[in-house]
Amino acid sequence: MDFITLGVQLLNAVQYGAVLFLVASGLTLVFGILGVINLAHGAFYMLGAYLAYWITLMTGSFVVALLGGVLVAFVVGILLETVFVRLLYGRDHLAQVLLSFGLILVIDEIRQVLFGKDVHAVAPPAWLSGSIQLTDNLSYPVYRLAICVFCLMAALAIFFVIARTKIGMIVRAGSENREMARVLGIKFDRVNRYVFAAGIALAALGGILIAPISTVFPGMGDGMLILSFVVVVLGGIGSVGGAAVGALLIGLTDTFGKVFFPSVSSILIYVLMAVVLLWRPSGILGRQDA
Amino acid sequence: MTTKGLLRPLTRRAMLSGTAGAATFIATSPLHSPAIAQNAPLKVGMMLPYTGTYAKLGQFIDDGFRLYVEQKGGKLGGRDIAFVQVDDESKPEAATDNMNRLVGREKADVVVGTVHSGVAMAMVKVARDTKTLLIIPNAGANDATGPACAPNIFRTSFSNWQSTYPMGKVMADAGIKNVVTITWRYTAGAEMIGAFAENFTKNGGKIVADLTVPFPEVEFQALITQIAQLKPDAVFSFFAGGGAVKFVKDYAAAGLNKTIPLYGAGFLTDGTIEAQGEAAKGIRTTLHYADNLDNPANLAFLKAFKAKTGKDGDIYAVQGYDGAALLDIGLTAVGGDFTARDKMIAAMGAAKIDSPRGPLSFNKAHNPIQNIYLREVRNGRNEMISVAQADVDDPARGCKMT
Repeated sequence: MDFITLGVQLLNAVQYGAVLFLVASGLTLVFGILGVINLAHGAFYMLGAYLAYWITLMTGSFVVALLGGVLVAFVVGILLETVFVRLLYGRDHLAQVLLSFGLILVIDEIRQVLFGKDVHAVAPPAWLSGSIQLTDNLSYPVYRLAICVFCLMAALAIFFVIARTKIGMIVRAGSENREMARVLGIKFDRVNRYVFAAGIALAALGGILIAPISTVFPGMGDGMLILSFVVVVLGGIGSVGGAAVGALLIGLTDTFGKVFFPSVSSILIYVLMAVVLLWRPSGILGRQDA
Repeated sequence: MTTKGLLRPLTRRAMLSGTAGAATFIATSPLHSPAIAQNAPLKVGMMLPYTGTYAKLGQFIDDGFRLYVEQKGGKLGGRDIAFVQVDDESKPEAATDNMNRLVGREKADVVVGTVHSGVAMAMVKVARDTKTLLIIPNAGANDATGPACAPNIFRTSFSNWQSTYPMGKVMADAGIKNVVTITWRYTAGAEMIGAFAENFTKNGGKIVADLTVPFPEVEFQALITQIAQLKPDAVFSFFAGGGAVKFVKDYAAAGLNKTIPLYGAGFLTDGTIEAQGEAAKGIRTTLHYADNLDNPANLAFLKAFKAKTGKDGDIYAVQGYDGAALLDIGLTAVGGDFTARDKMIAAMGAAKIDSPRGPLSFNKAHNPIQNIYLREVRNGRNEMISVAQADVDDPARGCKMT
C-alpha cells in the first residue's frame, strides 16, 4: 500500500470514527450519568435519518432538516423522560431494557406508518456536494470532510458544556456522588431531563449527518446500536473522552481490518474490545475503582 | 446450507412433520371419489414475508399470484382456489414451524414461498419430508434445485448461479480483462460472484481481488479506496436493498464510476433505482427481466397489474404470476384432480409458459430455463440492451433427478 492510499484509508477511519463518536457520546451520557440503559438509542439514530429525509423533502433545505430534526428529537427526549424514563432511575436494569426495547418497536412501527419500507436518499447541501480529487482516479466527497469537522466541533461543544458550565458542573457532581450533591441542595430532576434529551438529540444528529452519505432504510439503527455500545464499553462508561478514543479505535480497526484481514474483519472490533477489557476492565478512560 | 443437513436421517421434528403430512394426505386421499374432491376448493398456502425488510417483495409476489387466479375466474384447471396466508417474517428460525402449520393444521395442498433463501431451504426440507407441492417464487439458493431437489418442488424465479453466469461472458467479450468482485460474505453473495467468476475466467478474464463485507454491514469506504488503488478494468458486485443503494452512491461519490465501470447482479439496481438516482446511471446488470420488455405478455401483465393494485409490476410480481400459471398447467392436465399427482407434476415439469419475462420452461431439477437479459440503467429504469444469454439452464449440481 503506497503512502497516499494509506492516508486515504486513515481519513476513512477518522471519518467513520467521528460519526460513531457522535452517536455513542449520547449513549454514554445517558448511561453514565442517569444509569439508564437505552436500547432505543439506535432507533433514534434511524429516526434522525428519516427526519432528515422528510424535512429535506418538505423544505428543500438540509440545514433546516439538521436544526429541525435535532429540535424534534430533543422535544421527544424531554417528553419520554417526563412520562417514562423518570420512573426508572435506580430501578433494575431489566426494567430499563424492557422499556427501551418497547420503544424500539414503537418507533419502528411509527416509521413504518409514516415513511413505509422503501429505501430513501437525502441530498447534501449544494455547497458541500462537491468532491476533492485525491489520486488519479479517487475523489473524496467534501461532505465527508465536513462531517469530520462538524463532529470535532460537536465534541468540543460537549467538552465545553461539561467542563466549563454550571449545568456541566451539576452533571459531573451527579455522576460522581449523586446523594452528596442532592444533600447540598442540587435538584436533579431538570438536569436529568436535559441530559436524556441531549442524548436522544445526539443520536438523531448522528442519523441526520449520516443520511446524505448513507441511505435511509429500516433497520439502519440496529448495527449502529451495537457499535455504540462497543464504543461506550471500550472508552469507559460515562466518559465522553473515552467515547472519542473508543470511536477512533473502532474506526481504525474496522477500516484497516477490512483492508488487511478481510476474512476476520467482522470480529476484529470485538477482539479489540476483549483485549482492552482484559487490560482495563472499566474501559480506557473509565474510572478503574468503579 | 449443506446437503448433509438437509438429508439427515429421521429426527423427532421430521417425524412430527412427516406425521402432519401423512394426515394431510389422508384428508385428501383418493378414498373420496374424484368428483367430490374436485368440488372442494384447492387450498393454496402463501408463506411470504408480509412484514419486515422483504415485505414489499412478498406483497408483490402475492398480488401477482392472485392476479393470475382472478384472471381465470378464481379457478385453476377448473378447480376453485382458496388461500391461506402465513407471514414468514424472513425468519429462518421460525420457518419449519410455519411450514408445518400450513401443511398440518391448515391442510394446505400447495405451498407458495418464499423470498428469503434461509427460510426457503427450511420449507424445502419440510416439503421433501411431507411430499407437499412447493412452488418457490423468489429465493435463489442454488441448493433448492440442486442437492435438495425433489419432484414436488418447483421454482418460478431463478437460481443465483443462473442470474450472474451470463455476465462473465458479456464482460469478457467487452474486452474486460481484470475485474474486482465485491459482495456481502454470505451464501447468496458467494453463489452469485462464484457463477460470474466461473464464466469470466473460462473466457480468459482474471479476478484481481475478491472483496467481501460482513452481511449486512454497509460501511464500504475502505474497500472503495482499495478498488481505486487496484485499478481494475471493471468491478462486478452483488448487493441488495439498502446496501445496494449505499454501495452505488458511495462508488459514484468516490468518482470511481468515471474510470472503472460498475457491473452487477440485477438486484443491485432492482427496486433501488429511485433512491440511487444519478449515481446508478450507466450501471450494467444481468437479470431474467427488464423494465422495458415489450413482448405482448409483459405489456398485458403490466396493464392488468396496474389496474389491480395501482402499482407498477416488477420481477417479483411476475414470479408470483408465473407460479399460478404453472399450477394452472398442472391442474388443467388432470382436470382439477389433485390426487393424480404424478401426472400433474409431469405436466408442470413439461410446462412451456409465455411469461411476461419471455419464454419460460423448466429443467429436470424444476428450475426455470429462461433468458437472462443484459440491462443498463437509463432514464431511471433498467432498460434491456440485449439478451445476455438465451435459455439459460442451471446445471443443477448435486440434483439426483437429472
